[in-house]
Amino acid sequence: MSYAIEMRQIRKEFPGIVANDNITLQVEDGEIHALFGENGAGKSTLMNVLFGLYQPDRGEIYVHGEKAVIHDPNDATRLGIGMVHQHFMLIDKFTVAENIVLGREPKKNGVLDMKEAVKVVRELSEKYGLDVDPEKKVEEITVGMQQRVEILKTLYRGSDILIFDEPTAVLTPIEIQELIEIMKRLVHEGKSIILITHKLKEIFECCDRATVIRRGKNIDTVKISDTNPTELASMMVGRKVHVQVNDAPYNPQGKVLEIEHLNVADARKVEVIKDLNLTVHGGEILGIAGVDGNGQTELIEAIAGLRKTKSGTIKLNNQDVTNQRTRKMIEAGLGYIPEDRQKHGLVLDFSIAENMVLQTYYQKPYAQMGILQNKVIAKKAKKLIQEFDVRTPSEKTHARALSGGNQQKVIVAREVDRSPQLLIAAQPTRGLDVGAIEFIHGKLIEEKKKGKAVLLVSFELDEILHLSDRIAVIYEGYIIDIVSPKETNENELGLLMAGRKKGGSEA
Amino acid sequence: MSNLLKKVNWMTLLIPVISVILGLLCGAVIMLVIGYNPVLAYQSIVESIFLQPYYGGETIRAMIPLVLAGLAVAFSFRTGLFNIGVEGQLMVGWLASVACAISLGHLPKILLLPLSIVAGGAAGALWGFIPGFLKARFKVHEVISTIMMNYIALYTTAYLIKNFLYTEGERTPTIPSAASLASPFLANLTQGSRLHWGIIVAIIAVFAMWFLLWKTTKGYELRSVGFSPDASNYAGMSVARNIMLSLTISGIFAGLAGAMEGLGTYQYMTISSAFTGIGFNGIAVALLGLNTPIGVLLAGALFSGLQNGGLTMQANAGVPVELVNIIIALIIFFVGSSYAIKWALSRFSRKGKK
Repeated sequence: MSYAIEMRQIRKEFPGIVANDNITLQVEDGEIHALFGENGAGKSTLMNVLFGLYQPDRGEIYVHGEKAVIHDPNDATRLGIGMVHQHFMLIDKFTVAENIVLGREPKKNGVLDMKEAVKVVRELSEKYGLDVDPEKKVEEITVGMQQRVEILKTLYRGSDILIFDEPTAVLTPIEIQELIEIMKRLVHEGKSIILITHKLKEIFECCDRATVIRRGKNIDTVKISDTNPTELASMMVGRKVHVQVNDAPYNPQGKVLEIEHLNVADARKVEVIKDLNLTVHGGEILGIAGVDGNGQTELIEAIAGLRKTKSGTIKLNNQDVTNQRTRKMIEAGLGYIPEDRQKHGLVLDFSIAENMVLQTYYQKPYAQMGILQNKVIAKKAKKLIQEFDVRTPSEKTHARALSGGNQQKVIVAREVDRSPQLLIAAQPTRGLDVGAIEFIHGKLIEEKKKGKAVLLVSFELDEILHLSDRIAVIYEGYIIDIVSPKETNENELGLLMAGRKKGGSEA
Repeated sequence: MSNLLKKVNWMTLLIPVISVILGLLCGAVIMLVIGYNPVLAYQSIVESIFLQPYYGGETIRAMIPLVLAGLAVAFSFRTGLFNIGVEGQLMVGWLASVACAISLGHLPKILLLPLSIVAGGAAGALWGFIPGFLKARFKVHEVISTIMMNYIALYTTAYLIKNFLYTEGERTPTIPSAASLASPFLANLTQGSRLHWGIIVAIIAVFAMWFLLWKTTKGYELRSVGFSPDASNYAGMSVARNIMLSLTISGIFAGLAGAMEGLGTYQYMTISSAFTGIGFNGIAVALLGLNTPIGVLLAGALFSGLQNGGLTMQANAGVPVELVNIIIALIIFFVGSSYAIKWALSRFSRKGKK
């Protein structure tokens, strides 16, 4: 039997690192095949080899049973291989149809025939159930729609083998469901799909088989129906994985954070937080669920003193801290794991040691009379690196050189170690692999057990449901409802996130 | 991956060295094309600096303001700002030191000399603070405002000299010897060069920049804001205050450079209709010195060596002095273009990591 794609014994080396070490991947016709592994396991390298962006040092590629040499993406396209990139390659100012036909425009008498283009795109999108308006500009459509445009681009070029590079990273939960439906439809129409991912849930929802790779090596190829999430996760990280569940008893203590009638405007002076009320107690994890852009960022920034409020009060430990400077907030007991770890959480060109004292560098014992105590700082950093299992050659390594998961561990180490009364964790595990997620979830639960208040903001419903003691759903800048994770489910949360309250009334 | 990083670091250090070599080689080719003997020319530069005390002394003398100006640029660079206003800060520093020396001429040397130096630094600080304030408060880009401040400095100093400190020869009176950095001892040692004690100030400044940036909490903050204003803001630092502080300190270095000229080399200030050029050369020195204090010291030594040793090229090899400026320009060109190479390389290696 011949495979749609067969990559045999692929080896690809970069200076100082073997990214792919004799990897074999066999994708059957008409299946969704997951390529599963941690960040940096070599998934993207392997797919770049298949797509012609890298040349393998060794190994052979067969497409539909025939040996193929793929020099560049044009070769790949000719062979019917299409790639849906994680970062979209679209021109914002062009319409959907223009983007799709770009490079292969239909012509009439040597002139671009836009009518034909729109027609072809419309036909394609109907055939595969990809609902997009060909005449809208890309900048006017949602991220989920943009991804469909990327899919259509590959279909327009006649691809029958589609590579999806971590397609769900940028999508909301609803869009993820829609994407899964689309992928199933594509397979139904005779396409084969390779799904690059490190998310277990997606694999179990739509894949037929999965090839697991770890540190550049093949671990196994398994049938999804013959395995379970725990087994697959262990294969990926190479040890047993415990899914961290918030099982500590819920004993809420005193109010740590109290927000009353808060109003906040964004940079364009549009009110994005409207009359918001919220309380977080010691000893609880309060999860804020919501679709991106419903005021989560502004809410956190207002609490952290990074954004001025218009009205309302914020109290920390019964002290009014509305519009306090950030440093005062930190000194008053605020810890903050920011959403954008590279931009806001770390100074990438500082060493790990320097990053570990980013808020405390001026305090004893890290400084004496304005002079940095570099030895003390290095010692502290070494201790935290060990305690939080940051994989790095030394504490002198620049934060830039670390992987995403290790960068996040540095931030978590720094924030948790200060033992703040209130810990805000915004998207603390975005883009991380199972091992790192497990670790960070464990740390958040530990903080709760210590009686601290944890405010968790996440777009991942699973994360919210697993960790929270209470879930506050934010919609258009206010808390539409607060529910208990034991008494709710993804469906109900999804409806609340879309602004629909129990009983069916539209809010 | 760590191997790759190490290589890039080596590259960083190699870039200035390679640039200097390439600059000298290209200079040699130009000389050959025009019909001069480059070996003779370079030989005369090296011999004059190292074997003729006068040229050696003049080289070190010219180094003093150049290094201070380089430090001023490098300091602001380190904190993410581009101070093009070193020239203007230098001029106000020059005038302030001379004015202080003349108006407080009755004081003993032990008071007057430090006071005059401080006056120079303070004037430079003020001239740096203004663009810093404008940037922090109104988001005026420092490149624009510091350039404007240069012109204000040029004409304000001329006006002040003309109206308040004027003497024959379109200049201020000579400062009292109690405020002078000049030293007959150093002059004798170097067969009559204008070498003065300002070299000590320059060396202290080199040390001060290193200490301030890498050993103090303020320096940590300044570097942090320089690398990432966003992360610094999230960590509770005041970005605005650090911008003002950075340009103020940068201005101090520049003002001191001016004071060294006023109290050391010239002992007065002339009304000039054009910039001294030292401030702008400081940018080149900082660039070649990779914005490190020790690098600035070495780059300053190289440039002033070329400029002063170059004076003997004409006599010994018939090569016009102007060729030195071409060589300096070539070196800067290569430093600039290897930044492009390095940038490409690092982009490449970042892609490879993914």
